[in-house]
Amino acid sequence: MKTLDKQIGAPMNRVDGHQKVTGAAKYSAEYELPGMSYGVLVGSTIAKGRIAHIDTKAAVGAPGVLAVITHLNSPQVPGFKPTGKDPSQPQTVGGPLKIFHDDKVRFNDQPIALVVADTFERARYAARLVMAHYTQETHQTNMAAGAKDAFLPTSAQKNPKSPMADYQRGQADAYKTAALKIEQEYVIPTEMHHPMEMQAITAHWEAPDRLTIYDKTQGTIGTRRDFAKEWNLPEANVQVIATFVGGAFGNALHSWPHESAAIIGAKVVGRPVKLMLTREQMFTQVGYRPYTWQKVGMSATADGKITAITHESIGQTSTYEEFTESTLAQTRMMYQSPNLTTRYRIAALDVGTPIWMRGPGEATGAFALESAMDEMAYLLKLDPLEFRLRNYTDQDPEKNRPWSTKFLKECYRAGAERIGWTKRKLEPGALRDGDWLVGYGMGVGTFGAHRGAAHVSAQLLPNGTVVLQCATTDIGPGTGTAMTQIAADTLGLPPEKIRFELGNSGFPQSGSQGGSSTVNTVGQAVQDACMALKDKLRELAAAGAPAFASAKKEDVALANGYLTLGSNAATRVPYADLLKQPGAALVNVESKPTGNDGQLYSMYSFSVHFAEVRVHALTGEVRVSKLVSCADAGTIINQKTAANQMKGGAVGGIGMALMEHAIIDDRYGRYVTKDFADYHVPVHADAPAVEVYFVNQPDLHVNALGTKGIGEIATIGVAPAIANAIFNATGKRVRELPITPDKLV
Amino acid sequence: MNQFQYVRPTKPQAAIDAVAKDANAKFIAGGTNLVDLMKRGVMTPQKLVDINRLPLAKIERQGNTLRLGALALNSAVANDAQVRERHPLLSLALNAGASPQLRNMATVGGNMLQRTRCTYFYDLSMPCNKRQPGTGCGALEGINRMHAIFGFSDKCIAVHPSDMSVALVALDATVLVSGPKGNRQLAFADFHRLPGDTPERDSNLEPGELITAVDVPDSPFTKHVHYQKVRERASYAFALLSVAAALDLDGNTIKAARLAMGGVAHKPWRLTAAEQVLVGKPATEDTFRQAATVAMQGAKAFKHNAYKLRLAPNTIVQALKTAAAV
Ligand SMILES: Cc1cc2nc3c(=O)[nH]c(=O)nc-3n(C[C@H](O)[C@H](O)[C@H](O)COP(=O)(O)OP(=O)(O)OC[C@H]3O[C@@H](n4cnc5c(N)ncnc54)[C@H](O)[C@@H]3O)c2cc1C
Repeated sequence: MKTLDKQIGAPMNRVDGHQKVTGAAKYSAEYELPGMSYGVLVGSTIAKGRIAHIDTKAAVGAPGVLAVITHLNSPQVPGFKPTGKDPSQPQTVGGPLKIFHDDKVRFNDQPIALVVADTFERARYAARLVMAHYTQETHQTNMAAGAKDAFLPTSAQKNPKSPMADYQRGQADAYKTAALKIEQEYVIPTEMHHPMEMQAITAHWEAPDRLTIYDKTQGTIGTRRDFAKEWNLPEANVQVIATFVGGAFGNALHSWPHESAAIIGAKVVGRPVKLMLTREQMFTQVGYRPYTWQKVGMSATADGKITAITHESIGQTSTYEEFTESTLAQTRMMYQSPNLTTRYRIAALDVGTPIWMRGPGEATGAFALESAMDEMAYLLKLDPLEFRLRNYTDQDPEKNRPWSTKFLKECYRAGAERIGWTKRKLEPGALRDGDWLVGYGMGVGTFGAHRGAAHVSAQLLPNGTVVLQCATTDIGPGTGTAMTQIAADTLGLPPEKIRFELGNSGFPQSGSQGGSSTVNTVGQAVQDACMALKDKLRELAAAGAPAFASAKKEDVALANGYLTLGSNAATRVPYADLLKQPGAALVNVESKPTGNDGQLYSMYSFSVHFAEVRVHALTGEVRVSKLVSCADAGTIINQKTAANQMKGGAVGGIGMALMEHAIIDDRYGRYVTKDFADYHVPVHADAPAVEVYFVNQPDLHVNALGTKGIGEIATIGVAPAIANAIFNATGKRVRELPITPDKLV
Repeated sequence: MNQFQYVRPTKPQAAIDAVAKDANAKFIAGGTNLVDLMKRGVMTPQKLVDINRLPLAKIERQGNTLRLGALALNSAVANDAQVRERHPLLSLALNAGASPQLRNMATVGGNMLQRTRCTYFYDLSMPCNKRQPGTGCGALEGINRMHAIFGFSDKCIAVHPSDMSVALVALDATVLVSGPKGNRQLAFADFHRLPGDTPERDSNLEPGELITAVDVPDSPFTKHVHYQKVRERASYAFALLSVAAALDLDGNTIKAARLAMGGVAHKPWRLTAAEQVLVGKPATEDTFRQAATVAMQGAKAFKHNAYKLRLAPNTIVQALKTAAAV
């Protein structure tokens, strides 16, 4: 018998790659339904106030218009009754905007009307005819001003154990009295997710109480719950389909007003409504990485031992919904500092609600922490890598317990070697290549290795294919591919014999794709489901072949139409015998962490990024000439898609460091960056070939596969690596991102 | 987008008549700027006169000049053998602009008449004298990182975004136009306007006038040229500012020089005084710095664009250094 190649770890091509590159993959705006109509949203042109009058007459009378919906005529949405807190949003207080619910304007470009027409062009034309008049109130969109009223998040006020609460070990603010110290402020501006696919939904009421939506979401189950609640429907009556998601980076982890609008629109016109946001609306409607001010104080001994760190941060949120993120998490556990203080606050501005953006709070926090590490190392005249090694933690200093696994030193070693760290000079401005100043920098990232609960079903079909189903989504990392590999190895089948179906709330339940947790969670559930299927097949086989009755499920194998036992290929039962009863060869498994590893160990993925940059001596232009990203992310299921995630995350970090910057004109409380001419993301020419290194050591405390998660650590730490390299090249320390030429010239 | 009529004449005169007789009519060439503006409601022509069937796409020599038809594509001009040989500065400037896809659509005439990228011009809910005269200038006291340091008025501080035009003004090109009153020629430097009290007018074209070609005279600037474009990313971005530099060298001595800047004014900004500083001097960084200092006379910054006062002279020096290969 020919043994199959092991799939886990192999650089297998994406199972849906062909569909994606040929256009066969269907995204939420690409479903065609009979009677389709098209929705276009009209946004407010003030940031705060009331709609005094809204004139929709011209729009209603425009050709092809089916309805113009505003707060004046919107049907009653049962879930929009004032309920105060929204339990579906555990980390936030207040609730998502209730669209068309009242005359209040809470941020600029808030949707105030939905025009539905028989074609998209007609809807867009009519949308421009809607005229609103406002009673304006004084708005506040400026963070410097808003920060004066910053407050401790409600979650932390209620629960002092909340990760958002103030934290202290040792003495508070101990750095202040030290001899060798730094104290600096860091700012990251508002950044936008801007996945390639814009947010889109096709909403279809199949019956007055049955709703199907084809929606861009990172979680079909969460979205189903949100809209079932909004319309007071049993969850079973709502179906959410997100078979393909064209990137999201976090902005589809929340249900947004445009989704509610399309559902309302479909209700009103009695036809399916398709609604896709414009790129411009992507700046205002679907969240962003919040503008964040930070201050880091740090002290150390002359021989490079950190004695104290204080890290404070104020992040931006909206007035109607409290958004928080783990900006300060990395600071509490990354370095061995006996004295450590963190204080996290938020400031409510008249803007839309932020939402986690790749490497959420940690990427923001790491910019400040890892810049400060570089500043401190420079003060001590120490190599920044050596400085980090001297403060390395062999156990978690925050929780005082061992790491489940930590191979960060191995990442340091591999990265330093690959970037050529020995070329780095301690003094900035010492390396030059023609008109370009050359510098090297590093930045460290970490993110919790989270595992939740997921259900997966597995079924053997008569043709020998095993179909697995799970409601999880794939926003781009290659989830379907990784799951196929896990299933193939567990069942001993070639990948062609596996079909993993996802992106449908009708499938067995799982959490949203976010927080680098999908492979940890769903991957393990796939393995468990495959084992359960083998056991089920073994039981079915036992009826005709008693040898199976006492066999172990591990010894059962599927091959060429037979269930076989161990190496004895003679003991076999044809599939047809197992599949006599319809549905017999089907299992549905729930998989979640068991035992108390979660209490005994601190579980994190780690990364380090090394950057080589060139800064033009006269024009201040920055080019990242080399980037090496090393990750301790546990078992790597697919070398190719995993490396691809690391590279994408690194390029996102280049954007964060060098160009991404959403700007509001505070006089109007309105974004002046409204398209990709104003809001820059890296193009190919900005991205060097990113070299990726994985330690690839399993962490069996997280799950049996040993995975830890990749998506976030790919970005966390990249921006400070680049900022530190720019300092090394130029001697200029830029503490406010992005580092554009105007700040260096 | 508003509804509009669409006509596609084949004779220049028919196109001119169609626009001259209708204040709400516009020529459309590549459409890469106009269609964008129409989708956003910034421009609302009721009639589009598509000029792509007019015989104006040729690039050909006429005596001592190279004639670029108004419909010659940006990519065709950039890659034309004669342009590369005789006017490499123009080729460099064109290739620094937009992306290959856009250059394959954009035309010479359309590029010259592309409108400013000022964000206030684009947002219908914000004031802009260029879009809607009398509403005020949003940028003056607003976010003005990208804005002018030369030649602005209190009515408008927008900049002209074209890269190609910076090279053409440096190369002493001439614009050929045909209109209801016949044909005329404008020096490239006189084609675009400063905003003054009428920022709604970008150029000195009269209603109904059609650009038919741009003539680029032969010059000694075939070798020591450079187009330095400073932007926030390596490609596909409008300039923070740019410099077109051309030198005629005799050994290390500068015999003649041409200098112009983009992204600093409402029109491509020719630096004649700085050119004069260069002539007769050795091609050294010192000389370039002197020219840059002269070039910056009269520059004035706003709240967010003071960096241009440092960046512009540095970029002039860098462009000249690269042109002279020193
Ligand atoms: C994403 C993007 C990035 C860009 N980046 C850059 C850049 O980096 N640098 C740069 O320089 N440009 C850039 N551009 C602008 C681009 O160069 C212009 O859009 C293009 O040159 C316009 O040419 P067109 O033929 O498409 O003009 P159209 O859009 O057809 O017309 C523009 C205007 O010119 C008028 N017009 C056209 N031809 C004539 C004629 N013969 N006579 C009289 N009037 C005429 C039209 O009526 C219209 O008002 C960018 C554009 C985009 C969309």
